[in-house]
Amino acid sequence: MTLHTITSIRDGLRARQFSAVEIAREALEFAERENPKTNAYLMLSPERALAAAAEVDRKLAAGEDVGALAGVPIAVKDVILTKGLRSTCGSKMLEHYIPPYDATAVARIESAGGVLIGKTNCDEFAMGSSNENSFFGPVRNPVALDRVPGGSSGGSAAAVAQGTAVVSLGSDTGGSIRQPASFCGVVGVTPTYGRVSRYGLVAFASSLDHIGPFARNVRDAATVMSVMAGRDPMDSTSAAAPVPDYAAGLNDCDVRGMKIGLPVEYMKHATGETADRIHDAVAKYGRMGCEVRDISLPSTDFAIATYYVICTAEASANLARFDGVRYGYRSAASGTLSEMYRNTRGEGFGAEVKRRIMLGTYVLSHGYYDAYYLKAQKVRAMIARDFTNAFQQVDAVVAPVSPYPAFRIGEKVNDPVAMYLSDIYTITGSLAGIPCMSVPCGTTAEGLPVGLQILCNHFEEQKMFRLAHAFENS
Amino acid sequence: MRLTEKDVRYVAALANLNLTDEETGRMLHDLDGILAQMDTLAGIDTEGIEPMAQVLFGDADETATLRADLERPTLENEVALGNAALSGNGYFKVPRVIER
Repeated sequence: MTLHTITSIRDGLRARQFSAVEIAREALEFAERENPKTNAYLMLSPERALAAAAEVDRKLAAGEDVGALAGVPIAVKDVILTKGLRSTCGSKMLEHYIPPYDATAVARIESAGGVLIGKTNCDEFAMGSSNENSFFGPVRNPVALDRVPGGSSGGSAAAVAQGTAVVSLGSDTGGSIRQPASFCGVVGVTPTYGRVSRYGLVAFASSLDHIGPFARNVRDAATVMSVMAGRDPMDSTSAAAPVPDYAAGLNDCDVRGMKIGLPVEYMKHATGETADRIHDAVAKYGRMGCEVRDISLPSTDFAIATYYVICTAEASANLARFDGVRYGYRSAASGTLSEMYRNTRGEGFGAEVKRRIMLGTYVLSHGYYDAYYLKAQKVRAMIARDFTNAFQQVDAVVAPVSPYPAFRIGEKVNDPVAMYLSDIYTITGSLAGIPCMSVPCGTTAEGLPVGLQILCNHFEEQKMFRLAHAFENS
Repeated sequence: MRLTEKDVRYVAALANLNLTDEETGRMLHDLDGILAQMDTLAGIDTEGIEPMAQVLFGDADETATLRADLERPTLENEVALGNAALSGNGYFKVPRVIER
């Protein structure tokens, strides 16, 4: 199996070295063969993939425009809805759910010639940092099969890392794209909040949810972003700001003179080989002619508490819709309507989802709202302000993605507090709503990938991609 | 301990969530640990700071979020009912709520 890129598929199709159908078949067969090892896919979609690929071939033969993603095999996280294709969110609750519409991101990708080959495994309703919370079993990291791929978009990261998909879509609420990208050694992008429509993304925490791409290089991720981004009338929080051709913007990759900030509050916690790789990366930027300086994000220590109050509060409201009436699982053991609700939710949700619904309900309940939810929203404003201040001094902030590389399956699953604390470096950017990404920056002595996080100001994806691309090619 | 088992059962009822006895005990332990983290918020000085409910951007054009108020097709009745556990006569069906 050739490890294709968007560019290599585009060139090969143009030169008639292969057809889109051949690429799709190869990807589907490869995914089917690899899946028992990693459990990255919950379902493959051969009919839809081959039909889309045949359409690309027809257009090519007719000399029509085939789109920026023509013939590119793409995997989509199962929290993103696909019309007529089962979308489970990794939950028993939606085990048999067939969406009646496509997410806008999926529709745009397919309009650009992308070939959807399957739906990927994830933590139930995107709640988790290890992909161990899926009702359909954990995903294994293709780099080291006894380790987690990260979460919650573990399947999407693993699919791209193992090469069964060229690019994939994930969702990120507090790090669910960047952390698995770093654990699996691929590129993962969380765009500015509102840059990509959330229509058709099953809601977890609406003020924090993002859709973003995984890819094996920065250029491919940038290409997918240009296809997906932009105003969508179906999502009132989607932004109208014009969408540049991010990949074309990489042709000018001079980063000399750019100012890069390293947050002292992050690095004081970073230890071991992860910290070493980040310091190596920073030194590399120095050699490329960037000006590196220490900066301060003083509210960082409050981020975990803030994030878990806000995300659980929003989740408890969003997940109230799963009541056994309109869609999803319904408990058979129910006398009254009220019993039906309680039994359905008790039987349909897994442990982590229940934990977050309980926390969210508690912090929003009478007498606690001001102390928790309102307070967290104020601290969120302080965290966002830290970044606003930082971006007056620097073009970008660089940081680790995770305090440690991929851990062993089962290692942290019984300690929710430890699992939550591991999100420290990713949730600050999520709370501020700024674009952030993970780009591979080497490995540990054991060969486990380490990710470098790059964060820029709102709507400055182009600058972020340029810095990541320059790093990748240096 | 910040919480009691009674608190956990009360919150579970608010959330329409049936928990087994074993789950209730486990939840008590887990919520207590996480709330200890969350309680650190109380010590932060947020005097004069406006709560951030949403990611807002300064430029009005970028947040002009209202679409035209036009009539649009919605899901067909049959499609809307397609995923329901129980439906009939064009409606979702639920257990009886009014006792005769």
